[in-house]
Amino acid sequence: MITKRIIPCLDVKNGRVVKGVNFEGLSDVASPVELAQYYSSCGADELVFYDITASAEGRALFTDILTETAKKVFIPLTVGGGINTLDDFDRVLKCGADKVSVNSGAIRNPDLIYEAAKRYGDQCVVISADVKRQDGMFRVYAKGGREDTGMEAIGWIRRCVDNGAGEVVLNSIDTDGVKGGFDLEMLEAVSNAVSVPVIASGGAGKIEDFITLFKTLPKVDAGLAASIFHFGEVKIADLKAAMAEAGIPTRV
Amino acid sequence: MIAIIDYGVGNLFSLQSSFGAIGEEAVVTADEKVISAADRLILPGVGAFEDAATKLRDTGMADVVKREAASGKPIMGICLGMQLLLDKSFEYGEHEGLGLIRGNVRPIADVIDSGLKIPHIGWNRLIVKKPSPLFKYLKDGDCVYFVHSYYAADCDDATSVAEYSAELTASIERGNVYGCQFHPEKSGDVGLKILKAFCEI
Repeated sequence: MITKRIIPCLDVKNGRVVKGVNFEGLSDVASPVELAQYYSSCGADELVFYDITASAEGRALFTDILTETAKKVFIPLTVGGGINTLDDFDRVLKCGADKVSVNSGAIRNPDLIYEAAKRYGDQCVVISADVKRQDGMFRVYAKGGREDTGMEAIGWIRRCVDNGAGEVVLNSIDTDGVKGGFDLEMLEAVSNAVSVPVIASGGAGKIEDFITLFKTLPKVDAGLAASIFHFGEVKIADLKAAMAEAGIPTRV
Repeated sequence: MIAIIDYGVGNLFSLQSSFGAIGEEAVVTADEKVISAADRLILPGVGAFEDAATKLRDTGMADVVKREAASGKPIMGICLGMQLLLDKSFEYGEHEGLGLIRGNVRPIADVIDSGLKIPHIGWNRLIVKKPSPLFKYLKDGDCVYFVHSYYAADCDDATSVAEYSAELTASIERGNVYGCQFHPEKSGDVGLKILKAFCEI
């Protein structure tokens, strides 16, 4: 039986890991390579590196870090941030990424997912969606959650999957940074709409939030979080032991 | 020295690095002399079977692999590389494999419960069916990382399986020819130990 995945997300800017609360107020935390090794050794099932650098210098620094990480960490590595073209896919896959996550790039260019899936395979393409409740519906936001696209989220995610996205990261802007638990309502709506793995993101504050997620929504495949792992509020080894104890399929 | 056979499919960076992590020298090569001089061979592979099988033949690597296999050198196919060791694949048509191990590649959709997600992606427990030198360091309950939509069917040489409503072949073995459906280079310490065991055969 496939185990539920626990995925720490590392936001990387200028070669360092940062994490914002509700996407603002960033703070420097640690070295991405060291943090990745640490997480891998304590049982993380996968890692996400999210490049939030805007400059070309920062981009080059990011690929160096990716290469360094892929030499030392042997669990699946997903890369996102600034992925707008097939060349961007190529750039990060060559450095050792296994999957590439697209967000604003797919909103700007709806063909990107189709083209990338055709070239690299569905399993390689992840649609990451920042979603927020607005006027009684789920709406897709772009540019790191700052810009309302006006698009309805469920239909958008379904289109991305139809075009070849092999996995969905659903980040609820409403619960992100609040640490009050995952957005179960939003996750259920998305899980029911697609047949590919769904990764929950945004809102985890404690171990019980993950237990509630997997118990309430068995269709959700993975839980992703950042600062609670980076600051040691939730230790991955403790989390996985608690999941196993609760009868959730877990790799321990 | 380990030769990772380069026939133009996929990214071999992680695979090569994983051997580095266990202190083994691995080169990515299509040079027959290097392959012939290597102690062990890895046949990698991602993507579609037909495309990979065509490239393997067009680069001349299919004959090289068959010759090396006949010489008794340990060879391990990984993921699609494992599937290429079999007789035939039914992925989008019918395509011939290397025929080094008896079996066919069929869609997992044929055997798993409807409603389960395809591909079979994530960490799953290895269930050992036959002893293998690859499992020298394996512990009960160890998980490895899978990403695949097709599997080795009609195969009597499965050494382990993964449970996904049906038992999906996870590894195969015939003489000096080995195959893993999962990715040892992405399976953390468990995967590295499987590669280490391969290097000690």
